[in-house]
Amino acid sequence: MMGFGAVRPEADEPIFHAPWETRALALTLACGALGEWTIDTSRHVRESIHPVRYLSYSYYEIWIEALTTLLDRQGLVSAAEMSAGRSLDAARQTRRPRLAGGDVAAVLARGGPCDREVATAALFTPGETVRTRTINPTGHTRLPRYARGKTGVVERVHGGFVFPDSSAHDGGEAPQRVYTIVFTGRELWGEEADPDLTVALDCWESYLERP
Amino acid sequence: MSDHEDDHDHSHDHGAPVSPIVQRVRALEAILIEKGYIEEAALDAIIDTYQTKVGPRNGARVVAKAWSDPAYLERLRADATKAIAELGYGGRQGEHMMIVENTPERHNLVVCTLCSCYPWSVLGLPPVWYKSAPYRAKAVLDPRGVLADFGIVLPEKTAIRVWDSTAELRYLVVPMRPEGTEGWSEEKLAALVTRESMIGTSQPLRPGDTA
Repeated sequence: MMGFGAVRPEADEPIFHAPWETRALALTLACGALGEWTIDTSRHVRESIHPVRYLSYSYYEIWIEALTTLLDRQGLVSAAEMSAGRSLDAARQTRRPRLAGGDVAAVLARGGPCDREVATAALFTPGETVRTRTINPTGHTRLPRYARGKTGVVERVHGGFVFPDSSAHDGGEAPQRVYTIVFTGRELWGEEADPDLTVALDCWESYLERP
Repeated sequence: MSDHEDDHDHSHDHGAPVSPIVQRVRALEAILIEKGYIEEAALDAIIDTYQTKVGPRNGARVVAKAWSDPAYLERLRADATKAIAELGYGGRQGEHMMIVENTPERHNLVVCTLCSCYPWSVLGLPPVWYKSAPYRAKAVLDPRGVLADFGIVLPEKTAIRVWDSTAELRYLVVPMRPEGTEGWSEEKLAALVTRESMIGTSQPLRPGDTA
């Protein structure tokens, strides 16, 4: 989308703008540790918020709405309970146990690495010209609309990574090799673009085809 | 009710209604604790981590070392995640790091057009402008305009490369070392490295600049 105007950084911006934001961050990460959804699912839920609300929300409002949706969907906290402001149903066992205070440092330090072995050789090689496929999935994808059906050059071939388009929808990790593809500004935006502009995107193999 | 985490906003007078988002966050936290899905000690540890332990000073040390130690720079180029881990930084949203180096011919700018992906492990939590629609829309379309919004004008001969963080690779910009810093200690150099210079929306401070 366009038309959002200038970037307006806040001088001396605080890390959090209100105490509730610290709780929003912490709740989201602690609930994520329960193993009930993947990071890809959580991104999909956020991006699926109705555009009117999405664009009017502050960042952590997006997080809280998505967290509420995920908890309801997984049968952990129902909409009725949110309305009542208290627990109404019994808790159930979660896929992973709750995050203990003493484990936070280790869990954050471990992170969530997404690199995975892939059995096949790379389909594309550095320097090769490729085109992104024209797709319009209803589900989650990490191929932005502005870069679909565009021709670029493979700059780098990476290893395999969890495939978000699958992982977001309980399809399993289905790892694929990732490639850094470079597009010229003119390819993306037309002849009026800055002639020296290049934009690099990291693309899973199934996003790409030979032109 | 936690007494040290201030989810009661003291700037309101006690007659003012609590905003809907604060109510929602409080309800969510209460229900999750009641059901045993989260514990408060974990929330506090998460908040403390991102308020005090993980922030752009981490990335600044990486950059300062890259400027000072050519062998370290080579290790960063070969495997940035591993080299950054030498300094004790890593984990969540920094599991797959890449450095991108500014030169007189190329200036790098990092964005996540799809959401807000950002190298938390070296830069901490992203600023609001990075996560907001204007930056996410404009960075790939008009990066010179974005730099102008930050008061930066690059020489005409400097081409811009924008990195859209579409996968789990996270990009850290290594700005050019400012002139007049020969013989400076890493600590003194690190103080010149601003967060924005590691995203690409500004240059580092120069000797004699006030922060």
